[in-house]
Amino acid sequence: MANKALKTLTNGLLKENPTLVLVLGMCPTLATTSSALNGMSMGLATTFVLLCSNVVISLLKNLIPDKVRIPAFIVVIATFVTIVQLCMQAYLPALYDSLGLFIPLIVVNCIVLGRAEAFAAKNNAGLSALDGLGMGLGFTCSLTVLGAIRELLGTGKIFDFSIFPDSYGMLIFVLAPGAFIALAYVMAIVNKLKSK
Amino acid sequence: MAKMKSTLSNMLLSLTLIALVAAGLLAGVYTMTKATIDATNAAKQQAAIIAVLPQQEGLEIAEPIMHEGMEIYCATLDGQTAGAAVKVAENGFGGTFNLMVGFDAEGAITGFQVLDHQETPGLGSKMQEWFANPQVIGQKVGETNFTVSKDGGDVDAITAATISSRAFLLAVTKAYNAFMSAPAADAASGATVMAEENETENETVEE
Repeated sequence: MANKALKTLTNGLLKENPTLVLVLGMCPTLATTSSALNGMSMGLATTFVLLCSNVVISLLKNLIPDKVRIPAFIVVIATFVTIVQLCMQAYLPALYDSLGLFIPLIVVNCIVLGRAEAFAAKNNAGLSALDGLGMGLGFTCSLTVLGAIRELLGTGKIFDFSIFPDSYGMLIFVLAPGAFIALAYVMAIVNKLKSK
Repeated sequence: MAKMKSTLSNMLLSLTLIALVAAGLLAGVYTMTKATIDATNAAKQQAAIIAVLPQQEGLEIAEPIMHEGMEIYCATLDGQTAGAAVKVAENGFGGTFNLMVGFDAEGAITGFQVLDHQETPGLGSKMQEWFANPQVIGQKVGETNFTVSKDGGDVDAITAATISSRAFLLAVTKAYNAFMSAPAADAASGATVMAEENETENETVEE
Protein backbone atom coordinates (compact mmCIF):
# COMPACT_ATOMS: atom_id res chain seq x y z
CA MET A 1 0.00 0.00 0.00
CA ALA A 2 2.75 2.43 0.98
CA ASN A 3 4.59 1.43 -2.15
CA LYS A 4 1.55 2.15 -4.28
CA ALA A 5 1.06 5.52 -2.60
CA LEU A 6 4.66 6.49 -3.27
CA LYS A 7 4.35 5.38 -6.87
CA THR A 8 1.20 7.45 -7.33
CA LEU A 9 2.91 10.50 -5.89
CA THR A 10 6.07 10.25 -8.00
CA ASN A 11 4.19 9.27 -11.14
CA GLY A 12 3.43 12.87 -12.03
CA LEU A 13 6.91 14.19 -11.34
CA LEU A 14 8.78 12.53 -14.19
CA LYS A 15 7.29 9.31 -15.58
CA GLU A 16 3.97 10.90 -16.51
CA ASN A 17 4.95 14.54 -16.17
CA PRO A 18 1.87 16.43 -17.38
CA THR A 19 3.73 19.01 -19.46
CA LEU A 20 6.77 17.17 -20.75
CA VAL A 21 5.42 13.61 -21.20
CA LEU A 22 1.62 13.79 -21.42
CA VAL A 23 1.87 17.20 -23.19
CA LEU A 24 -1.31 18.46 -21.55
CA GLY A 25 -2.11 22.00 -20.46
CA MET A 26 -0.03 23.70 -23.13
CA CYS A 27 -1.91 27.00 -22.98
CA PRO A 28 -0.76 28.03 -19.48
CA THR A 29 2.62 26.37 -20.07
CA LEU A 30 3.43 28.54 -23.05
CA ALA A 31 1.73 31.69 -21.86
CA THR A 32 2.70 32.09 -18.22
CA THR A 33 6.33 30.96 -18.24
CA SER A 34 7.76 34.33 -19.27
CA SER A 35 9.47 34.36 -15.85
CA ALA A 36 10.37 31.69 -13.30
CA LEU A 37 8.17 33.27 -10.64
CA ASN A 38 5.12 33.42 -12.91
CA GLY A 39 5.62 29.80 -13.97
CA MET A 40 5.96 28.62 -10.39
CA SER A 41 2.92 30.57 -9.19
CA MET A 42 0.81 29.24 -12.03
CA GLY A 43 2.00 25.71 -11.19
CA LEU A 44 1.15 26.09 -7.51
CA ALA A 45 -2.30 27.51 -8.27
CA THR A 46 -2.95 24.54 -10.55
CA THR A 47 -1.63 22.13 -7.90
CA PHE A 48 -4.12 23.46 -5.38
CA VAL A 49 -7.00 23.07 -7.83
CA LEU A 50 -5.83 19.56 -8.85
CA LEU A 51 -5.50 18.41 -5.25
CA CYS A 52 -8.89 19.73 -4.14
CA SER A 53 -10.83 18.68 -7.22
CA ASN A 54 -9.29 15.18 -7.18
CA VAL A 55 -10.30 14.65 -3.54
CA VAL A 56 -13.83 16.01 -3.96
CA ILE A 57 -14.46 14.14 -7.19
CA SER A 58 -13.25 10.85 -5.79
CA LEU A 59 -15.53 11.32 -2.76
CA LEU A 60 -18.48 12.17 -4.97
CA LYS A 61 -17.82 9.59 -7.68
CA ASN A 62 -20.67 7.30 -6.64
CA LEU A 63 -23.13 10.17 -6.38
CA ILE A 64 -22.50 11.36 -9.92
CA PRO A 65 -24.35 9.45 -12.66
CA ASP A 66 -22.07 8.59 -15.58
CA LYS A 67 -23.93 10.59 -18.20
CA VAL A 68 -23.54 13.90 -16.36
CA ARG A 69 -20.06 13.32 -14.96
CA ILE A 70 -18.30 15.87 -17.19
CA PRO A 71 -20.55 18.84 -16.24
CA ALA A 72 -20.40 17.76 -12.61
CA PHE A 73 -16.58 17.60 -12.69
CA ILE A 74 -16.37 20.98 -14.39
CA VAL A 75 -18.59 22.61 -11.76
CA VAL A 76 -16.37 21.21 -9.01
CA ILE A 77 -13.18 22.35 -10.76
CA ALA A 78 -14.58 25.78 -11.60
CA THR A 79 -15.54 26.29 -7.96
CA PHE A 80 -11.99 25.68 -6.77
CA VAL A 81 -10.52 27.85 -9.53
CA THR A 82 -12.79 30.74 -8.54
CA ILE A 83 -11.75 30.29 -4.90
CA VAL A 84 -8.08 30.49 -5.94
CA GLN A 85 -8.79 33.53 -8.07
CA LEU A 86 -10.63 35.44 -5.35
CA CYS A 87 -8.05 34.60 -2.68
CA MET A 88 -5.15 35.55 -4.94
CA GLN A 89 -6.83 38.83 -5.86
CA ALA A 90 -7.36 39.61 -2.20
CA TYR A 91 -4.09 38.51 -0.64
CA LEU A 92 -1.52 38.45 -3.49
CA PRO A 93 -2.59 41.35 -5.75
CA ALA A 94 0.82 41.69 -7.44
CA LEU A 95 0.80 38.05 -8.51
CA TYR A 96 -2.83 38.34 -9.60
CA ASP A 97 -1.84 41.25 -11.87
CA SER A 98 0.87 39.27 -13.62
CA LEU A 99 -1.09 36.03 -14.07
CA GLY A 100 -4.40 37.78 -14.66
CA LEU A 101 -6.46 36.00 -17.28
CA PHE A 102 -4.69 32.66 -16.92
CA ILE A 103 -6.06 31.89 -13.46
CA PRO A 104 -9.70 31.46 -14.62
CA LEU A 105 -8.33 29.44 -17.55
CA ILE A 106 -7.20 26.69 -15.13
CA VAL A 107 -10.81 25.48 -15.45
CA VAL A 108 -10.20 24.31 -18.99
CA ASN A 109 -6.71 22.97 -18.27
CA CYS A 110 -6.68 19.44 -19.64
CA ILE A 111 -4.61 18.11 -16.75
CA VAL A 112 -7.26 18.91 -14.17
CA LEU A 113 -10.18 17.33 -16.02
CA GLY A 114 -7.90 14.57 -17.30
CA ARG A 115 -6.85 13.49 -13.81
CA ALA A 116 -10.42 13.74 -12.55
CA GLU A 117 -11.57 11.43 -15.34
CA ALA A 118 -8.59 9.09 -15.48
CA PHE A 119 -7.72 8.78 -11.81
CA ALA A 120 -10.07 10.36 -9.25
CA ALA A 121 -13.20 8.78 -10.72
CA LYS A 122 -11.68 5.30 -10.22
CA ASN A 123 -9.65 5.54 -7.00
CA ASN A 124 -10.22 6.42 -3.36
CA ALA A 125 -9.77 9.88 -1.91
CA GLY A 126 -6.33 9.27 -0.39
CA LEU A 127 -4.72 8.03 -3.58
CA SER A 128 -6.48 10.75 -5.58
CA ALA A 129 -5.02 13.38 -3.28
CA LEU A 130 -1.52 11.96 -3.81
CA ASP A 131 -2.07 11.81 -7.56
CA GLY A 132 -3.28 15.42 -7.60
CA LEU A 133 -0.32 16.54 -5.53
CA GLY A 134 2.21 14.60 -7.65
CA MET A 135 0.77 15.79 -10.95
CA GLY A 136 0.56 19.35 -9.64
CA LEU A 137 4.16 19.36 -8.45
CA GLY A 138 5.31 17.85 -11.75
CA PHE A 139 3.48 20.64 -13.55
CA THR A 140 4.97 23.24 -11.19
CA CYS A 141 8.51 21.91 -11.69
CA SER A 142 8.34 21.92 -15.47
CA LEU A 143 6.78 25.39 -15.53
CA THR A 144 9.42 26.74 -13.15
CA VAL A 145 12.27 25.24 -15.19
CA LEU A 146 10.79 26.57 -18.42
CA GLY A 147 10.20 29.97 -16.85
CA ALA A 148 13.74 30.09 -15.47
CA ILE A 149 15.27 29.22 -18.88
CA ARG A 150 13.18 31.83 -20.67
CA GLU A 151 13.80 34.49 -18.03
CA LEU A 152 17.55 33.84 -18.02
CA LEU A 153 17.98 33.83 -21.80
CA GLY A 154 15.50 36.63 -22.35
CA THR A 155 16.36 39.12 -19.63
CA GLY A 156 19.44 37.75 -17.85
CA LYS A 157 17.61 37.20 -14.58
CA ILE A 158 16.35 34.25 -12.54
CA PHE A 159 13.59 34.98 -10.00
CA ASP A 160 14.37 38.68 -10.64
CA PHE A 161 17.97 38.12 -9.56
CA SER A 162 20.34 39.53 -12.18
CA ILE A 163 22.85 37.09 -13.69
CA PHE A 164 23.96 39.22 -16.64
CA PRO A 165 22.83 42.66 -17.89
CA ASP A 166 19.40 42.99 -19.45
CA SER A 167 20.78 44.33 -22.73
CA TYR A 168 22.40 40.97 -23.59
CA GLY A 169 19.06 39.18 -23.29
CA MET A 170 17.48 37.55 -26.32
CA LEU A 171 14.04 39.10 -26.42
CA ILE A 172 12.61 36.20 -28.42
CA PHE A 173 12.72 33.97 -25.35
CA VAL A 174 10.31 36.24 -23.50
CA LEU A 175 7.91 36.18 -26.46
CA ALA A 176 5.77 33.30 -27.72
CA PRO A 177 8.32 31.72 -30.14
CA GLY A 178 10.83 31.43 -27.30
CA ALA A 179 8.27 29.46 -25.31
CA PHE A 180 8.02 26.86 -28.08
CA ILE A 181 11.78 26.66 -28.55
CA ALA A 182 12.51 26.30 -24.84
CA LEU A 183 9.71 23.75 -24.37
CA ALA A 184 10.98 21.64 -27.26
CA TYR A 185 14.52 21.53 -25.87
CA VAL A 186 13.37 20.70 -22.34
CA MET A 187 11.15 17.93 -23.73
CA ALA A 188 13.98 16.50 -25.81
CA ILE A 189 16.32 16.44 -22.81
CA VAL A 190 13.71 14.75 -20.60
CA ASN A 191 13.00 12.15 -23.30
CA LYS A 192 16.71 11.44 -23.65
CA LEU A 193 17.07 11.02 -19.87
CA LYS A 194 14.01 8.79 -19.71
CA SER A 195 15.14 6.47 -22.49
CA LYS A 196 18.31 5.59 -20.60
CA MET B 1 -22.39 2.56 -1.95
CA ALA B 2 -23.63 1.61 -5.39
CA LYS B 3 -23.08 3.93 -8.28
CA MET B 4 -26.03 6.17 -9.19
CA LYS B 5 -27.86 5.07 -12.34
CA SER B 6 -28.10 7.61 -15.15
CA THR B 7 -31.84 8.19 -14.89
CA LEU B 8 -33.22 11.65 -15.53
CA SER B 9 -34.19 12.28 -11.92
CA ASN B 10 -30.82 11.09 -10.60
CA MET B 11 -28.93 13.28 -13.06
CA LEU B 12 -31.05 16.34 -12.20
CA LEU B 13 -30.70 15.73 -8.50
CA SER B 14 -26.97 15.20 -8.50
CA LEU B 15 -26.15 18.16 -10.75
CA THR B 16 -28.50 20.47 -8.83
CA LEU B 17 -26.96 19.47 -5.52
CA ILE B 18 -23.41 19.95 -6.75
CA ALA B 19 -24.25 23.33 -8.29
CA LEU B 20 -26.01 24.46 -5.11
CA VAL B 21 -23.11 23.52 -2.85
CA ALA B 22 -20.65 25.17 -5.26
CA ALA B 23 -22.73 28.36 -5.37
CA GLY B 24 -22.96 28.47 -1.59
CA LEU B 25 -19.24 27.97 -1.18
CA LEU B 26 -18.39 30.66 -3.72
CA ALA B 27 -20.80 33.13 -2.16
CA GLY B 28 -18.99 32.58 1.14
CA VAL B 29 -15.52 33.09 -0.32
CA TYR B 30 -16.70 36.13 -2.26
CA THR B 31 -18.07 37.83 0.85
CA MET B 32 -14.95 36.92 2.75
CA THR B 33 -12.52 38.38 0.22
CA LYS B 34 -14.57 41.33 -1.08
CA ALA B 35 -13.53 43.81 1.59
CA THR B 36 -9.82 43.00 1.14
CA ILE B 37 -10.02 43.18 -2.67
CA ASP B 38 -11.77 46.55 -2.57
CA ALA B 39 -9.29 47.88 -0.03
CA THR B 40 -6.30 46.70 -2.12
CA ASN B 41 -7.68 48.30 -5.27
CA ALA B 42 -8.46 51.56 -3.49
CA ALA B 43 -4.99 51.65 -1.92
CA LYS B 44 -3.36 50.98 -5.30
CA GLN B 45 -5.36 53.77 -6.90
CA GLN B 46 -4.54 56.19 -4.07
CA ALA B 47 -0.83 55.34 -4.24
CA ALA B 48 -0.87 55.93 -8.01
CA ILE B 49 -2.57 59.33 -7.58
CA ILE B 50 0.01 60.45 -5.05
CA ALA B 51 2.89 59.13 -7.15
CA VAL B 52 1.92 61.08 -10.28
CA LEU B 53 1.10 64.41 -8.63
CA PRO B 54 3.68 67.11 -7.85
CA GLN B 55 5.47 66.11 -4.66
CA GLN B 56 4.34 68.77 -2.20
CA GLU B 57 3.51 68.85 1.47
CA GLY B 58 -0.13 69.32 2.45
CA LEU B 59 -1.61 68.35 -0.88
CA GLU B 60 -5.35 67.67 -0.66
CA ILE B 61 -6.94 65.34 -3.14
CA ALA B 62 -10.62 65.90 -3.88
CA GLU B 63 -13.22 63.27 -4.69
CA PRO B 64 -13.05 62.23 -8.34
CA ILE B 65 -15.13 64.06 -10.92
CA MET B 66 -16.21 62.24 -14.05
CA HIS B 67 -15.42 64.11 -17.22
CA GLU B 68 -15.43 62.79 -20.78
CA GLY B 69 -15.53 59.28 -19.34
CA MET B 70 -12.37 59.80 -17.30
CA GLU B 71 -11.95 60.12 -13.57
CA ILE B 72 -10.22 63.34 -12.57
CA TYR B 73 -8.77 63.73 -9.09
CA CYS B 74 -8.10 67.42 -8.47
CA ALA B 75 -5.43 68.33 -5.98
CA THR B 76 -5.38 71.57 -4.06
CA LEU B 77 -2.71 73.22 -1.93
CA ASP B 78 -3.97 75.87 0.53
CA GLY B 79 -7.14 76.27 -1.55
CA GLN B 80 -5.21 76.79 -4.82
CA THR B 81 -5.36 74.29 -7.66
CA ALA B 82 -2.09 72.42 -7.59
CA GLY B 83 -2.82 69.94 -10.36
CA ALA B 84 -4.78 66.83 -11.00
CA ALA B 85 -4.42 63.13 -11.64
CA VAL B 86 -6.44 61.77 -14.55
CA LYS B 87 -7.26 58.10 -14.99
CA VAL B 88 -7.50 57.26 -18.66
CA ALA B 89 -8.11 54.03 -20.58
CA GLU B 90 -6.76 53.44 -24.09
CA ASN B 91 -6.44 50.54 -26.51
CA GLY B 92 -2.86 49.35 -26.72
CA PHE B 93 -1.33 46.49 -28.65
CA GLY B 94 -2.64 43.72 -26.41
CA GLY B 95 -5.90 45.22 -25.17
CA THR B 96 -7.08 48.08 -23.02
CA PHE B 97 -4.63 49.54 -20.55
CA ASN B 98 -5.25 52.03 -17.75
CA LEU B 99 -3.00 54.95 -17.10
CA MET B 100 -2.91 57.54 -14.33
CA VAL B 101 -1.42 60.82 -15.53
CA GLY B 102 -0.55 63.69 -13.23
CA PHE B 103 -0.52 67.38 -14.22
CA ASP B 104 0.50 70.49 -12.34
CA ALA B 105 -1.68 73.60 -12.36
CA GLU B 106 -0.19 74.80 -15.68
CA GLY B 107 -0.81 71.49 -17.38
CA ALA B 108 2.74 70.18 -17.44
CA ILE B 109 3.01 66.43 -16.90
CA THR B 110 4.35 65.65 -13.45
CA GLY B 111 4.27 61.89 -13.66
CA PHE B 112 2.33 58.84 -14.76
CA GLN B 113 1.65 55.31 -13.64
CA VAL B 114 0.57 52.37 -15.77
CA LEU B 115 -2.16 50.84 -13.60
CA ASP B 116 -2.68 47.68 -15.62
CA HIS B 117 -1.86 46.53 -19.14
CA GLN B 118 -1.60 43.49 -21.40
CA GLU B 119 1.21 44.75 -23.64
CA THR B 120 3.89 42.40 -24.93
CA PRO B 121 6.37 41.51 -22.17
CA GLY B 122 9.77 43.06 -22.84
CA LEU B 123 8.42 45.45 -25.49
CA GLY B 124 5.23 47.42 -24.84
CA SER B 125 5.36 46.48 -21.18
CA LYS B 126 8.31 48.85 -20.78
CA MET B 127 6.01 51.91 -20.97
CA GLN B 128 6.46 52.78 -17.31
CA GLU B 129 10.27 52.90 -17.44
CA TRP B 130 10.69 54.08 -21.04
CA PHE B 131 8.55 57.22 -20.94
CA ALA B 132 9.75 58.36 -17.51
CA ASN B 133 12.20 60.76 -19.19
CA PRO B 134 12.37 64.52 -19.89
CA GLN B 135 10.69 64.00 -23.27
CA VAL B 136 7.47 63.34 -21.36
CA ILE B 137 7.89 64.44 -17.75
CA GLY B 138 7.62 68.21 -17.36
CA GLN B 139 6.30 68.73 -20.86
CA LYS B 140 3.02 70.32 -21.84
CA VAL B 141 0.90 68.53 -24.38
CA GLY B 142 0.06 71.80 -26.14
CA GLU B 143 3.74 72.77 -26.57
CA THR B 144 5.36 69.43 -27.33
CA ASN B 145 4.19 67.42 -30.29
CA PHE B 146 2.97 64.34 -28.45
CA THR B 147 3.35 61.79 -31.20
CA VAL B 148 6.18 59.34 -31.78
CA SER B 149 9.17 60.59 -33.72
CA LYS B 150 8.31 58.19 -36.55
CA ASP B 151 5.06 60.17 -37.06
CA GLY B 152 6.94 63.47 -36.86
CA GLY B 153 6.48 63.97 -33.11
CA ASP B 154 8.89 64.88 -30.34
CA VAL B 155 8.87 61.64 -28.35
CA ASP B 156 10.96 58.56 -29.09
CA ALA B 157 8.86 55.42 -29.31
CA ILE B 158 9.78 52.24 -27.45
CA THR B 159 12.03 50.19 -29.74
CA ALA B 160 9.88 47.62 -31.57
CA ALA B 161 6.70 48.75 -29.82
CA THR B 162 5.44 51.68 -31.88
CA ILE B 163 1.77 50.75 -31.45
CA SER B 164 2.03 50.67 -27.66
CA SER B 165 3.94 53.96 -27.76
CA ARG B 166 1.32 55.64 -29.95
CA ALA B 167 -1.42 54.40 -27.63
CA PHE B 168 0.49 55.72 -24.61
CA LEU B 169 0.91 59.19 -26.12
CA LEU B 170 -2.71 59.26 -27.23
CA ALA B 171 -3.79 58.36 -23.71
CA VAL B 172 -1.66 61.17 -22.25
CA THR B 173 -3.12 63.63 -24.76
CA LYS B 174 -6.65 62.49 -23.91
CA ALA B 175 -5.95 62.89 -20.22
CA TYR B 176 -4.54 66.38 -20.82
CA ASN B 177 -7.60 67.44 -22.80
CA ALA B 178 -9.90 66.11 -20.11
CA PHE B 179 -7.94 67.88 -17.39
CA MET B 180 -7.90 71.18 -19.28
CA SER B 181 -11.58 71.16 -20.16
CA ALA B 182 -12.71 69.92 -16.75
CA PRO B 183 -14.71 72.51 -14.77
CA ALA B 184 -12.24 72.74 -11.89
CA ALA B 185 -9.31 73.41 -14.21
CA ASP B 186 -10.65 76.90 -14.96
CA ALA B 187 -8.72 78.19 -11.98
CA ALA B 188 -5.48 77.68 -13.87
CA SER B 189 -4.74 80.80 -15.90
CA GLY B 190 -5.23 80.52 -19.63
CA ALA B 191 -6.17 76.87 -19.36
CA THR B 192 -9.31 77.10 -21.44
CA VAL B 193 -7.53 78.83 -24.31
CA MET B 194 -4.82 76.19 -24.32
CA ALA B 195 -7.37 73.42 -24.33
CA GLU B 196 -9.03 74.86 -27.40
CA GLU B 197 -5.76 75.20 -29.23
CA ASN B 198 -4.91 71.70 -28.31
CA GLU B 199 -8.18 70.24 -29.49
CA THR B 200 -7.61 71.48 -33.01
CA GLU B 201 -4.09 70.12 -32.92
CA ASN B 202 -5.34 66.80 -31.66
CA GLU B 203 -7.82 66.50 -34.51
CA THR B 204 -5.06 66.83 -37.07
CA VAL B 205 -3.10 64.16 -35.30
CA GLU B 206 -5.99 61.73 -35.39
CA GLU B 207 -6.47 62.20 -39.12
